[in-house]
Amino acid sequence: MDLLANLALGFSVALSPFTLFLAVVGCFLGTIIGALPGLGPSNGVAILIPLAFSLGLDATSSLVLMTSVYYGAMYGGRISSILLNIPGDEPALMTTLDGYPMAKAGRAGDALVLSGFASFFGALFATIGLMLLAPILSRIAYQFGPAEYFALYLLAFSTLGGIASSNQAKAALASCIGLGIAMIGLDNQTGMPRLTGGNLHLLDGIDFLVAIVGLFAVAEVFIFIESHGRGSSIGVKLDKVTLPVRELVRGIGTMIRCSVIGFIAGVLPGAGASLGSFLAYVAEKKWRGGESSGFGKGNPQGVIAPEAGNNSAAGGALVPMLTLGVPGSGTTAVLLALLMTLNITPGPTLFTDRPEVVWGLIASLLIANFVLLAMNVPLVKIFVKILTVPAWVLLPGVMMISFVGIFSLTGSYFDLLLMIVFGIIGWLFRKLNIPTVPIILGILLGKHMEDALRRAMILSDGDWTYLFSSGIAIGLWAFAVLGFVAPLFLRHLIKKPQAVSD
Amino acid sequence: MTKRLLRALATSAVLGLGATATYAAECIAPANPGGGWDFTCRQIGKILFDIGQVDKPVQVSNMAGGGGGLAFSHVVNERADDNELIVAASQATATRLAQNAYAGMTADQVRFVGAIGADPGVIVVAADSPYQSLGDMVDAIKADPGSVAFAGGSAAGGFDHLKVLMVLKDADFTDITSVKYIGVDGGADAITQTIGGFTQGMTGDMSEVVGFLQSGEVRALAVLTEERVPGFEDVPTAKEQGFDVVAVNWRGLYVPKDISDADFEAWGAKLQAVADSDEWKEAMAANGLAPFTKVGGDFQSWVDGVIADTVDLSKEIGVIQ
Repeated sequence: MDLLANLALGFSVALSPFTLFLAVVGCFLGTIIGALPGLGPSNGVAILIPLAFSLGLDATSSLVLMTSVYYGAMYGGRISSILLNIPGDEPALMTTLDGYPMAKAGRAGDALVLSGFASFFGALFATIGLMLLAPILSRIAYQFGPAEYFALYLLAFSTLGGIASSNQAKAALASCIGLGIAMIGLDNQTGMPRLTGGNLHLLDGIDFLVAIVGLFAVAEVFIFIESHGRGSSIGVKLDKVTLPVRELVRGIGTMIRCSVIGFIAGVLPGAGASLGSFLAYVAEKKWRGGESSGFGKGNPQGVIAPEAGNNSAAGGALVPMLTLGVPGSGTTAVLLALLMTLNITPGPTLFTDRPEVVWGLIASLLIANFVLLAMNVPLVKIFVKILTVPAWVLLPGVMMISFVGIFSLTGSYFDLLLMIVFGIIGWLFRKLNIPTVPIILGILLGKHMEDALRRAMILSDGDWTYLFSSGIAIGLWAFAVLGFVAPLFLRHLIKKPQAVSD
Repeated sequence: MTKRLLRALATSAVLGLGATATYAAECIAPANPGGGWDFTCRQIGKILFDIGQVDKPVQVSNMAGGGGGLAFSHVVNERADDNELIVAASQATATRLAQNAYAGMTADQVRFVGAIGADPGVIVVAADSPYQSLGDMVDAIKADPGSVAFAGGSAAGGFDHLKVLMVLKDADFTDITSVKYIGVDGGADAITQTIGGFTQGMTGDMSEVVGFLQSGEVRALAVLTEERVPGFEDVPTAKEQGFDVVAVNWRGLYVPKDISDADFEAWGAKLQAVADSDEWKEAMAANGLAPFTKVGGDFQSWVDGVIADTVDLSKEIGVIQ
């Protein structure tokens, strides 16, 4: 009955009127951010973090706000996929495959409602899974020493670089750049400055929020300036919204299967929501009879499957993030940054040290889910309206929020310059198809990874075999190598389908 | 959202105006709200007013930066003769002054009024550890310095590290650089490492280990106080085991250097009144502090001693030259 007591604690935190208000605001903003093409959950959360700080919210409140935005964006991502054939974020890519054909066939309303319910189901499933699984995972804390932590961080890098990317070499390069940036500033052990070039602003290291906002939000604006806003008009009209009961009932099996697949994909460190929706779609297509199933031509089950999968994976990704401090996706990497700024170190001890934070978060996720269902099914028309906001209004807004946010956080003009530099790097890397998430991960985890390695070396008197001294460490090393290398050979087997070109 | 922001701005503007209009005593907490220094200022400030030692509520200002260095420099350079100013201090202030972490400023640039409570230092081991007493552990280290590694919440060279070294020095063990110590992120983390068997001992504050002691996952080998701590009478002191070491994270105050001796004495008397009050005893019990009262000249010479010891130890392990 521990679980119920914990949940009661959580709801006592999350059910205060102010927290509820934040959850509703977060869900609303999140859905909008998710729906707007190009502004995915990572960007949304990254832009809003500095704002949360300047509002002076306490740890629990900012966490509730940000996770509501996160879940909201996962819901919202489907709207532009279905109506515009432009995925709002990467995980929503699979939804375009059947959603857009449905919309073209005049069934946009059905597609939005079905996917709304599928999102709800997937997210609810994942939140319950998080509730049950996370406390168990957190007990393994005592098995983790410096060697194990080092291997764990390595696993995070290699799986994110392996499974989640399309080019290992580029992902590895990006990880190394991130690790290099993390080394800037005072050395934790000796207190000597490193790589600062004598610049006092660099003495405290580079704030990861500056890097995140630069690489994601500012780079997004640069990309837009270059492409000059092509493809921002509404493609399909939405007429009436009704409840397709029969297809919803038929889809229950799909939702259950895809939620399970998505959740597992989410729990694996580094895999995340994109993999969840992809695997869910592919598996469901197989289940329904492969090519003859009508998947890809506007089959409603083809909308349900990836949405249940990606929302379930989004929740599943919170498990390794909260219990091990290893983010399962780009967005959870950003959430990890948020937690660390709030002086909450996610990891095996979080559940015993800060139960009010964890269970408050879980309770607010449950609440956010119901809020989102209410917003996304009956009120979906409002969000469709927002898609008509022209990009020339939206993107300057993004730029302004980025500048104000970062400046209010650090009060340093140097950080603003740095943010622009990161924006340019982000733009360049997008051109070169180098993923930017591993850079963030490197900045976030680099110091911890270094500390773990140096502690291991102190304990073992510099004997490197200490890094492989336990079953857990060896297992993590094996998964790390496998996670990085295996996709090289599997890539031609599971080819990522591209968005349908019209 | 914008509305809230505006309201927050308006509120802070009003608060700012309010602050400049007050002429009561001020207590600077050299850190953000929520930590130990903030607690010291708020509790002492509140009790001073409640028991009638000051006639207006003490105003608390937070001045975070440089691990307390920013506030120290502010007091030394701008408020050196302000007799209405007190500043929260702790063992961390003394350690940092000793290790020259305040950009060349020294302890004699302010006057230490007193300490009225302390978080006792402890050395704990996992429940299944072979060491039954501090003596067992010290003997093991003397036989093979590499056989016992410690984890603590402070960085290498910080107070948690120094606690272990002080015990070993007292036992005439001189090769202290060979003792393994890893600094992790806080006391809880250090205990986890020790329960997991990655380190053999954990060094920290009593408040950090209370929960784990009660759950029976760790045993305390010694508490580094003069006498056993109320509420933890079954934990022996290092002193009664033959190691003359007292290392506590005391909580107290300093004042600017150039105030008159009469003003200095007055602050000492006020602090003593707080220490004797029931309100303070309750606050200590609620926050895991043990009684530790040293006020006035007695305290100043004690701090000087602590700093001198820290300087010697830090030089020996190479933290400072």
